[in-house]
Amino acid sequence: MTALRLDLGIIAGMVADGSRVLDVGCGDGALLKHLAESKGVDARGIELSQAGVNACVAHGLSVVQGDADRDLADYPDKAFDYVILGQTIQATRNPRQVLEQMARIGRRGIVSTPNFAHWRMRLQLLSGGRMPVTHALPHAWHDTPNIHMCSLRDFAELSRELGLTIERTVALRGAKARDVRPFSTAANILAEQAIFLLAAK
Amino acid sequence: MSAAAETIRPDAAPVVHDAVLRLAGPRALTLDSGQALAQLAIAYNTYGELNAAKSNAILICHALSLDQHAASVNPLTGKPGWWELMVGPGKPFDTSRFFVICANVVGGCMGTTGPRDVDPATGKSYGLTFPVITIRDMVRAQALLVDHLGIAELLCVAGGSMGGMQVLEWMASYPERVISAIPIATAAKHSAQNIAFHEVGRQAIMADPDWRGGDYLEHGVFPSKGLAVARMAAHITYLSEAALQRKFGRELQDRQQVSYAFDADFQVESYLRHQGRSFVERFDANSYLYITRAMDYFDLAADHGGQLARAFARLKARVCVASFTSDWLFPTTESKRIVHALNAAAANVSFVEFDTDKGHDAFLLDLPEMEGIFGGFVNAAAAHRGLKAT
Repeated sequence: MTALRLDLGIIAGMVADGSRVLDVGCGDGALLKHLAESKGVDARGIELSQAGVNACVAHGLSVVQGDADRDLADYPDKAFDYVILGQTIQATRNPRQVLEQMARIGRRGIVSTPNFAHWRMRLQLLSGGRMPVTHALPHAWHDTPNIHMCSLRDFAELSRELGLTIERTVALRGAKARDVRPFSTAANILAEQAIFLLAAK
Repeated sequence: MSAAAETIRPDAAPVVHDAVLRLAGPRALTLDSGQALAQLAIAYNTYGELNAAKSNAILICHALSLDQHAASVNPLTGKPGWWELMVGPGKPFDTSRFFVICANVVGGCMGTTGPRDVDPATGKSYGLTFPVITIRDMVRAQALLVDHLGIAELLCVAGGSMGGMQVLEWMASYPERVISAIPIATAAKHSAQNIAFHEVGRQAIMADPDWRGGDYLEHGVFPSKGLAVARMAAHITYLSEAALQRKFGRELQDRQQVSYAFDADFQVESYLRHQGRSFVERFDANSYLYITRAMDYFDLAADHGGQLARAFARLKARVCVASFTSDWLFPTTESKRIVHALNAAAANVSFVEFDTDKGHDAFLLDLPEMEGIFGGFVNAAAAHRGLKAT
């Protein structure tokens, strides 16, 4: 099996064996496949792109074509042990509502998001006066799918507002990952992305 | 690839077992209408071999105008089976691994009891005295066949259009017997528009003087014109506007200019007339009335207190719902309703929409993507069931 992308590996590490998982924005199903095969997880997915869905189903994964903004409402309360939003939340139209749905249908949520307050972002905006374009966020302002960017602190703040408990925050910097405090100023400058493990009430 | 798989030619037709199950008794088949059939014949084909554990059976459900000859030559028309692309050695429903069953529906005219058959009570052909049947009646008959074959659980139940309705009914009525299901290009209820199209077809048949109130067999005639018109109207709904345009446009048939008369000037007219003519050679007019009625009556949510999710409350099966972008008869919105209900029931569901301009009939056509996805889905269900991959 090919190695799992670093952030997906960390997310997988947060998931308990044999649990029920919904991966929202599951792409080609790499995480789902890994969870199903190595952790005995009952893995389901939602994916917007038809090509992604088709690839997943052809590989025997249970994935529906759908939209995080619209289709999470169909699922019953606490249907899953984990609802995963891997690099998805910043591409939704209404992140707050999506997080509320995540908390409703899952006992726990796992959210990974790029950090817009990374020092490279700050520097590019400050020095060039242009919207930053980086390795982690390679799109120009006019063609980016990422329509709701946030910093680590922004996300932690919204989680608190929604009454979610942040159980773990993992900051990613290049190929390095480390646990940090969710409101850590250093992490908010140094992390390119972060992964939050959230417990719903 | 394993040695066993290598010996199979990919284009080889599966070995078919063509049979009829005959059941008799005061209520051989109890119907939703409250009536019953005292004699029931179920004509069916099987392909492949049932394993010792009887865990590799797949039921294919056919659409309105089709029959049990899914993967072998139709003896009436001499044409290949209607789903040979999907059923056969090395195909998604791989007959070298799975035991595939396809039965003619109740009310049909290819060997299963229908309005053309003789009513044991009168000694005459049923005609319109045949009881009105439902999708659930069709499925109940299929369950009797599956019982007869000694099969407790079906590894997969699959079908398109009316076949998809049967798949949904299996999921609702026999959730404990379905391991996986593929409802394709279908809906949990027939829409007003669909009922309207069917009514046009039925009225065309009934308007034919040779229909004789349904007693045409007694009079030695057949309402060919009416049935042909019904088929022509229906056939339009199976194609997309884009496909019709691409295939025919405004091209003329065997002429350089229009005839200023009512011959089939246009290729599309000629094509439809051909569809009508060939249909009447293989299909019974009263069967058409009964089967279209069964589809019209289908409303799975209504059978479960108005909530579709409740129809799937006891379902454990993996489900793969599939639709086609250009299908306006059973549009994607209808498939999404099914998916929403399955999600609400916390069922294990996949949903794929195929991008094609071929319309409703796309499920019968060559779409390599479809083969990969259904094959992958069935293999996953088989693996989950503990069946070894070949």
